[in-house]
Amino acid sequence: MSTAEFEDVMDLDIEGAEASTVHPVGPTEMAARDLSVWFGRRKVLEGVNIAFPKNTVTALIGPSGCGKSTFIRTLNRLHELIPGAALAGSVLYEGKDIYDAAVDPVQIRLQIGMVFQKPNPFPSMTIRGNVLAGLKLSGMKRENHDDIVEQTLTAAGLWNEVKDRLGTAAGDLSGGQQQRLVIARALAVQPHVLLMDEPCSALDPASTLKIEETIRELSKEVTIIIVTHNMQQAVRVSDYTAFFLAEEGTPGHVVEQGETTKIFGNPREQRTLDYVNGRFG
Amino acid sequence: MGGKTGLVPDASQLALRDLQSAATSHRGDRVFTRTVAAAAFTSLLVLAGIAIFLGLQAIPAFQTQGWSFLTTTGWDINTTPPTVGIFGMLYGSVLLSVVGLVIAVPAAILLAIFMVFLSPPRLSRILTNLIDLMAAIPSVILGLWAFYILNPTAEEWQVLLNKYLGWIPIFENTSGNFLGTPFIAGFVLAIMMIPIITAVTREVLSRTPPDLINASEALGCSLWTMLRYVALPYGRGGIVGGIMLGLGRALGETIAVFFVLKLVYETNWDKIIESGGGSVATLIVSRFGEVSGPLELQLLLAAGFFLFIMTLIVNVIANLIVSRTGRLQK
Repeated sequence: MSTAEFEDVMDLDIEGAEASTVHPVGPTEMAARDLSVWFGRRKVLEGVNIAFPKNTVTALIGPSGCGKSTFIRTLNRLHELIPGAALAGSVLYEGKDIYDAAVDPVQIRLQIGMVFQKPNPFPSMTIRGNVLAGLKLSGMKRENHDDIVEQTLTAAGLWNEVKDRLGTAAGDLSGGQQQRLVIARALAVQPHVLLMDEPCSALDPASTLKIEETIRELSKEVTIIIVTHNMQQAVRVSDYTAFFLAEEGTPGHVVEQGETTKIFGNPREQRTLDYVNGRFG
Repeated sequence: MGGKTGLVPDASQLALRDLQSAATSHRGDRVFTRTVAAAAFTSLLVLAGIAIFLGLQAIPAFQTQGWSFLTTTGWDINTTPPTVGIFGMLYGSVLLSVVGLVIAVPAAILLAIFMVFLSPPRLSRILTNLIDLMAAIPSVILGLWAFYILNPTAEEWQVLLNKYLGWIPIFENTSGNFLGTPFIAGFVLAIMMIPIITAVTREVLSRTPPDLINASEALGCSLWTMLRYVALPYGRGGIVGGIMLGLGRALGETIAVFFVLKLVYETNWDKIIESGGGSVATLIVSRFGEVSGPLELQLLLAAGFFLFIMTLIVNVIANLIVSRTGRLQK
């Protein structure tokens, strides 16, 4: 990626955040540029511009139906698998447009991993089998499977709980454990970015806390983009926050974005202030 | 409403309450429960009734024939005692079904995969209706169709099979007669099994949890790997169940096979494109109309009894296979 492209992306970021003082320290890993999204004829997102600095956590917040989940699914090209899905604008990953005709979506999905709302380990596979599933399913070759299993489970904060029963069914784990297993599975293919769509919404507070610790730990090496409805969670885990809103009959858009402390402490927009203080949404 | 009992309940209050009668204390519930139980019991009764009737009829025949009834092949009523054995017929029923399965299973599963994961929804709905309609074709119509239309065509296929794959023992043909073969009968059975297996497989595959499909898509896998590691393992039990339903129909199928199979009283082990084969159901239907006397009738009923037993055994084995293969993937 050229420096010019980097600056381009940085410009976008600053432009989108306007007065807020976002000057990410590291280079930009991913960015959405003038992104609009449709389902059939219904426009659900309009003109989204966000940059995600490398090895940081960005929280996407906003009321239900504002297009956060749709947005996150455009970042690894899962959006296009829904019949009738359409998109304009571009998504840059390491400087290149992932919607370029020459780009293989499979490679994109391997580098940009995803964790879903509901834990979804493969029930017919063992714990170990689940961790290695990404390698198996994509045909990716990596040596030393034992090491991968240990490293990724450790990174996901699950190793100590399951190291003695790697050969048992993944379905026997608790919901929180399953979610951490799914995180390990996503990590095993060595992604640069991890997308998380409300990863804790189906979990109890203790499991949520563990996942949050995991997220903080992982962000040293991976860029994380997390959709959350939990304001406290956004404050606890994220460096940056983007507030999405879809006002009456209009497509979703980004109202405000910037450093999390700024968004929650001293936002520019009244709507952001109302939302983060729980006055609507 | 008695007097106050204080905080510590007395012993009588600790006695176990009768929850069972409480649960069915509503009169409507009671009537409903008994009706359902009676209906469930009826099906068992019918099954047991058939088994007992056939079993009783089979006893005299089995007494005159002994074990050779099951281990030999032949149907000669004119000797005393008659030299009769149904091994070739029992074996034939299985052979025809296996030929049918080999053709039907891949076709049905691919068709179901197409309908669930590939075809546009409208086409999928049309196909679903057509396939359900296919299941409704009476077997006598299929038999007639096979006799007049399939026979001449299948004869040519078999000539080709023999010409190019004749070095494989199952495709040998020394007589030059390619009509009335187990292959053609099996093909007709396949046509009867495809709608059943397709319908069940489609249903099972369409219930693959979207979460798991999402997971595999996010891991960058292709349709093939998703099917191989997610959808098919998830639906395995149901798919095998569908195959068993189809197999159940094939094992007992009578009329359609009667039209196209040349029934011979000897065992055709593996020559599937050689004229002549056996099938218990076809034996019964072909002899029943011109039965020579009470003894032959009993022998036919005994044959029916053993077909019944064999079908049960096949189902038990199938169930075992399903539970065995339900183990975890490493």
